Amino acid sequence: MATRLQFENSCEIGAFSKLTNAYCLTAIGGSENFYSAFEAELADVIPVVKTSIGGTRLVGFLSVGNKNGLLLPHTTTDQELQHLRNSLPDQVVVQRIEEKLSALGNCIACNDHVALAHTDLDKETEELLADVLGVEVFRQTVAGNVLSGSYCALSNRGGLVHPHTSIEDLDELSTLLQVPLVAGTVNRGSEAIAAGMVVNDWTAFCGSDTTATELSVIDNVFMLRGDTRPGDGFDGMRKSLLDSYK
Amino acid sequence: MMAQDAGMFTVHQTIGSVLCCKCGIRMQPNAANMCVKCLRSEVDITEGLLKRLVLVHCPECESYLQPPRTWVKLQLESKELLTFCLKKLQKNMNINKVKLVNAEFIWTEPHSKRVKVKVSVQKEVYNGAILEQSYLIEYVQQDHMCESCSRVAANPDQWVAAVQLRQHVSHRRTFFYLEQLILRHGAAARAVRIKQMDHGIDFYFSNRSHGNKFVEFIGKVAPVKSRSDKQLVSHDSKSNNYNYKYTFSVEISPICHEDLICLPPKAAAILGNIGPIVICTKVTNSIALLDPLTLKFGFLDAEQYWRTSFKSLLTSRQLVEYIVLDIEAVSSEITVGGMKYVLADAQVARVSDFGKNDTQFSIRTHLGHLLKPGDLALGYDLYGANSNDMELDRYKGYIPEVVLIKKSYEEKRQKRRGKPRSWKLKSLNMEVDDKIKVNEDKNDAEYENFLKDLEENPELRFNISLYQNKDYQPSEVASVTEDDGQPIPSVPDDELLAADLLAAEFDDLDLIEDGDGEDDMAE
Repeated sequence: MATRLQFENSCEIGAFSKLTNAYCLTAIGGSENFYSAFEAELADVIPVVKTSIGGTRLVGFLSVGNKNGLLLPHTTTDQELQHLRNSLPDQVVVQRIEEKLSALGNCIACNDHVALAHTDLDKETEELLADVLGVEVFRQTVAGNVLSGSYCALSNRGGLVHPHTSIEDLDELSTLLQVPLVAGTVNRGSEAIAAGMVVNDWTAFCGSDTTATELSVIDNVFMLRGDTRPGDGFDGMRKSLLDSYK
Repeated sequence: MMAQDAGMFTVHQTIGSVLCCKCGIRMQPNAANMCVKCLRSEVDITEGLLKRLVLVHCPECESYLQPPRTWVKLQLESKELLTFCLKKLQKNMNINKVKLVNAEFIWTEPHSKRVKVKVSVQKEVYNGAILEQSYLIEYVQQDHMCESCSRVAANPDQWVAAVQLRQHVSHRRTFFYLEQLILRHGAAARAVRIKQMDHGIDFYFSNRSHGNKFVEFIGKVAPVKSRSDKQLVSHDSKSNNYNYKYTFSVEISPICHEDLICLPPKAAAILGNIGPIVICTKVTNSIALLDPLTLKFGFLDAEQYWRTSFKSLLTSRQLVEYIVLDIEAVSSEITVGGMKYVLADAQVARVSDFGKNDTQFSIRTHLGHLLKPGDLALGYDLYGANSNDMELDRYKGYIPEVVLIKKSYEEKRQKRRGKPRSWKLKSLNMEVDDKIKVNEDKNDAEYENFLKDLEENPELRFNISLYQNKDYQPSEVASVTEDDGQPIPSVPDDELLAADLLAAEFDDLDLIEDGDGEDDMAE
């Protein structure tokens, strides 16, 4: 079931957080609300780490990772690197890479098995991705945009892409990624999917502008309702149909 | 597209469908990713636009106020009114960045004082999506009399500019002719009042520029001297507004068509020393003078005339009838100023002398092309005239005894007397001052002479509109042809116009093109 939240009055939570199956990174905000929301959902299961990258709060845009590893841009400071290595579980390999396109989160979308990369990514980065994250890398565009990381949100069970993606593209991407894909929007019609939400295999967080329709689409495609079959009876849909306004 | 031009294979892209983020129905993705209905419910692009406006309307002249001061006449439900209404919205729309796409009237009762316009506008919302919406604008019509109507209502006789047209001669021929010219060109359309005065006509206008325009028009058709003056009527000291009454005094030169003139030496010198006795052949804004003995001609324009202002020696009232006894052409046909003349020596005698005594005159005349022995002609009798002219007394050279002017059709006209003509003339709406004694018979005779002149001279008719006379029966005229085969001068039918439908006095019908006057009169 997807949760709606805001980071300091902005709905672009995908910029300020990174969620994988093994850990969660959040930015340091003025109040603790953002962090508390993640903690409330995830604290029992995975570590939730507060950090900055290169002195900025744009944790989601700058880093890319899955349960196997985490890749950071060259702007990351040594302290931050050390802090992350300390906080994250040992099986997660934290690596800083030299890459011209330093907003790794915008350029690469990945889950535990497969990744979509910016078409101009370096060869070494691609190899590092394959090594550290253990994924198969495909250089692809999404709806004609090279920033595949920001227009596509991936988990191991499904994916949400830019709403203007054509049917042929959807088929192609779906075949590559081996997960069901849906074209949709988040945050009341915004096309930057990964900027507006973060997702892993059992939970998702969206910006508070997300409408009930969008939430139901997200719940459907990422199969978040606690059972594997989408489009179940009313009980399963109840949570997403009934809006709660905080 | 570029790839396709280069011959590369591209996959055909089908646009998929997404769910509207608000209502969840399936739709094609657009810039806002919301279905149109949700978008409309979200955004009202007509917010901030004017929906209720005021139109100031004058009920007397059906015109609307265009601020700050112009009043423009518009019909209800017309294109011009729509443009006028939309112009008021322009600024407001530009501020709100909406674009006007379509506008049309919704019908309202004419007396409801409301004009409803349905307007469609377009605006860009969210990121790139253009939304179109139509809404209703109501214009309230407020009644307010415009300045000119209120001025007319307050004082209907008020004038601001007066033009006093004068000619100091004893006949009114020029004014008859001017009246027709004015009617033809509509120069007095803006006149508030027209008054007939002794030796002239007064025209009153409500605007100085109208008066000025009229004076300029007269200046183009007659040789005039004019001056203008103004008189202070009222003065608003706070806003420094001065209201004046303007008067234009226009004097027409006393030289008329067919006058006999003895030129003073200064004027003769300007014209190349043509003989002191000259005939005036044509008066427009310049005077054409012809020397009958040498067939030399000269032109004097208004300025030159008033510098050496001279009066005529004898006018057409003093024409005397002569009978031509013998005529012999001296020169060949010469075209002078557009008219053909033949210089001839002739023996003539006054009709009053004919048969009674033997007084004959041998003269030289310019009418050799018109006259044959036995014809009647009209001319000036210098032999018997008792003229009181200093120039004539001073002149030492040869003075002709008789100067023939034109052929006389008097006899032939006798047969037609009393029968109506086939054409009529319109007249200006003139007031006649009661204080001046009007000699009815003299006026009628002069008018009749004027009509005869028109018949004889096609060039006089050139600038005048003649109208068909419906009361006229052509069958009667057929019997009135000349015995010797010479037709009486008359106006050919193709010169006649039908009157405008607005002219209530005349019953004429279909419009005939007014061609140039053909030379259809007697040879």
